[in-house]
Amino acid sequence: MHTTTVLLVDDEAEFVEALAERLTARGLNVESAGDGETALRMSQAKVYDAILLDMAMPGLDGLQTLRGLLEINPDQQVILLTGRATLTQGVEAMKLGALDLLEKPADIATLVARIEKAATRRTSLQDERVQERVSDILRKKGW
Amino acid sequence: MVAEAPRPPSAEDDGLISGGRYRRMALAAFLAVSTVALVPLLLVTGVSYRQYRSAFESDLSNPMLRFAAAAQQSLGSFLSERLSALGMIMRDTPIEDLKNSAALERVLQTMEQSFGGIVDLGVIDETGIQVAYAGPFALEGRDYAEHKFFQQARVAGVSVSDVFMGYRNLPHLVLAIHKDLGGHHELVLRATVDTDVFHFLVRARTSRRPEQAAFCRRCHSLVVPPFADAFIINQDGVLQTPSRFYGDILGRSRLPPLPHSSEPALTEVVDARGQPLVVAYTQIQGSPFTLVVLSPRDATHAGLMSVRHDVIIFVVVSCLLIVTVVAAGTTYVVRRVHDADLKRAALYHKMEYTNKLAAIGRLGAGVAHEINNPLSIITQKGGLLKDLLTMSDELPPKTKMIDLTDSVLKSAERCGVITHRLLGFARHMDVQQESIDLDALLHEVFGFLEKEASYRNLRITFDCIGEVPHIVSDRGQLQQVFLNIINNAFAAVDDGGHIEIGIRQEETTDVAVSITDNGIGIPESQIPHIFDPFFTTKKGAGTGLGLSITYGIVQKLGGRIGVTSTVGKGTRFTVTLPLTHPAAGSSE
Repeated sequence: MHTTTVLLVDDEAEFVEALAERLTARGLNVESAGDGETALRMSQAKVYDAILLDMAMPGLDGLQTLRGLLEINPDQQVILLTGRATLTQGVEAMKLGALDLLEKPADIATLVARIEKAATRRTSLQDERVQERVSDILRKKGW
Repeated sequence: MVAEAPRPPSAEDDGLISGGRYRRMALAAFLAVSTVALVPLLLVTGVSYRQYRSAFESDLSNPMLRFAAAAQQSLGSFLSERLSALGMIMRDTPIEDLKNSAALERVLQTMEQSFGGIVDLGVIDETGIQVAYAGPFALEGRDYAEHKFFQQARVAGVSVSDVFMGYRNLPHLVLAIHKDLGGHHELVLRATVDTDVFHFLVRARTSRRPEQAAFCRRCHSLVVPPFADAFIINQDGVLQTPSRFYGDILGRSRLPPLPHSSEPALTEVVDARGQPLVVAYTQIQGSPFTLVVLSPRDATHAGLMSVRHDVIIFVVVSCLLIVTVVAAGTTYVVRRVHDADLKRAALYHKMEYTNKLAAIGRLGAGVAHEINNPLSIITQKGGLLKDLLTMSDELPPKTKMIDLTDSVLKSAERCGVITHRLLGFARHMDVQQESIDLDALLHEVFGFLEKEASYRNLRITFDCIGEVPHIVSDRGQLQQVFLNIINNAFAAVDDGGHIEIGIRQEETTDVAVSITDNGIGIPESQIPHIFDPFFTTKKGAGTGLGLSITYGIVQKLGGRIGVTSTVGKGTRFTVTLPLTHPAAGSSE
């Protein structure tokens, strides 16, 4: 079965480390990035089922990184993590296309559930696209 | 463009609402208003009173002088008429008749009819023997050689004697005219004149004596008021007429000597009883007499005294009234000012407190955010530890567990630092003086904003020039000042902006802290207002109290705050603080 691949983006190394270990223990394939730029680079090289993104980071912040990630892959499922969620930030994140917004410190079970949900959603989206392409090709080829 | 803070926004009074200041204010206002009210009153009253007095005195002295003039004229002509009559007799009567008592008797009768007042006539030869006499007494053959009038008449030709009591015990005086017959023969014509007529001076006008009545007609307007006196004295000050208050005829008047004056003159003397007198006097022409009209100063000035009394009462009552009203008014106004100041101070403190709370609130949000990070780590590390313990039957390796616990402890410590910093800020609500290392304090303040700076990629540089001494001031207040200014700098710059904090000693007494940003700058038109309360450019986001309160605090700490700014280039706030501030406020 396909292992869910998750990218953790947070400037707090220790946090990333611990969370990665815990998620791995729960059967996820976890990679991590220390800042927004690294995350963008990694996302270009590989498709992740879900990306956990910290809102407040030096350099590119959460929203900027989100924008970049969605530019690279519009179907990218991003879950934002925030220490202090303001309503406007939340709304903007959702508008940009984030899947979810979780407040720190998040409960591990919730987090895993959300990641699974994101992965499922991504798969179904992918299937939809495949289906679309297939029907598109079918229509064009006129079989 | 440069602007020192234009004016204090209500702050400098902190701790100054003391009784002394208001007492001084009340006293100054009271003195000023009282002076303005009292000086014109006293001036006008004084000038008016002086004018009234001078008018009063001339009113008073004029009748006395008129009386003296009229009496002088009456008496003068009384005497000169009789002297010229004697002269005529001496000229027109043959020598033999003059030496004949019977002929002299006829002359006397004629004179009595035309003049009156002549008691007797006598003719004295060069040896002083009265050779002829006409009159009620048998005085023929009397020797007058030693008499003063005889000697004086021989020398001067004419003589008017002092008044004396004659044989009838009535006051008389002697008029004498001298004639040189040639060949060592001389004659002196002597007339005794009844001086009763002089007594009109002090008598009632209802005198019966005809000659007196005639005499009085001339000066019938002369009435000596009951408190006044009028009399005649000779050169030695002996009374020639009776007086009301200064002794009877031939007594001594006991008045101080009056200077000679042939015209009526006015003077003031003090008599033997110590009573001040107003005196009008004049020499009577052709006689040794001086006419004296006098009036006690108090009596004549009674009217003036009553006016003066009224004036004094008026002035005293007015002054009391003015002083009372002014005192009450001043007290009221100063009390109102005091109350208003108290209210303002209370309001200011409330504002300051609100701002402080707002600052703490802002900090609180940041702090919560900062705490969240270590808290997340704690959660995850703790969770991982639990995972390790629950997901496998085996105990995890000891080193791993120690790592995790260390990590948890370290994060907890981070939380502790943050909460302590916030507590430290909140704790300094009370004013207290302590030695402060400004560099350390600024780093501490900046510590609150470190995360934000790193998120926004702000470049912060500290530039501590030389050895900056510690200052004695209030840590909490300074934290608030710099937090406000640095917050504003943060708001002014874009992400990636630069904020420079400079500390340097200025003169020997001050330390200057400058906070320079390269942000949007402040338009010149707004610079005069930035320290005003409620002035804000953060529409809807600010109270507009930050800089106003910052200004107030800096003033209170004895410092100054100034700002220079260029739109688009940046702003520099400079806070200059004294090394020590002896008069540091101790309010709150």
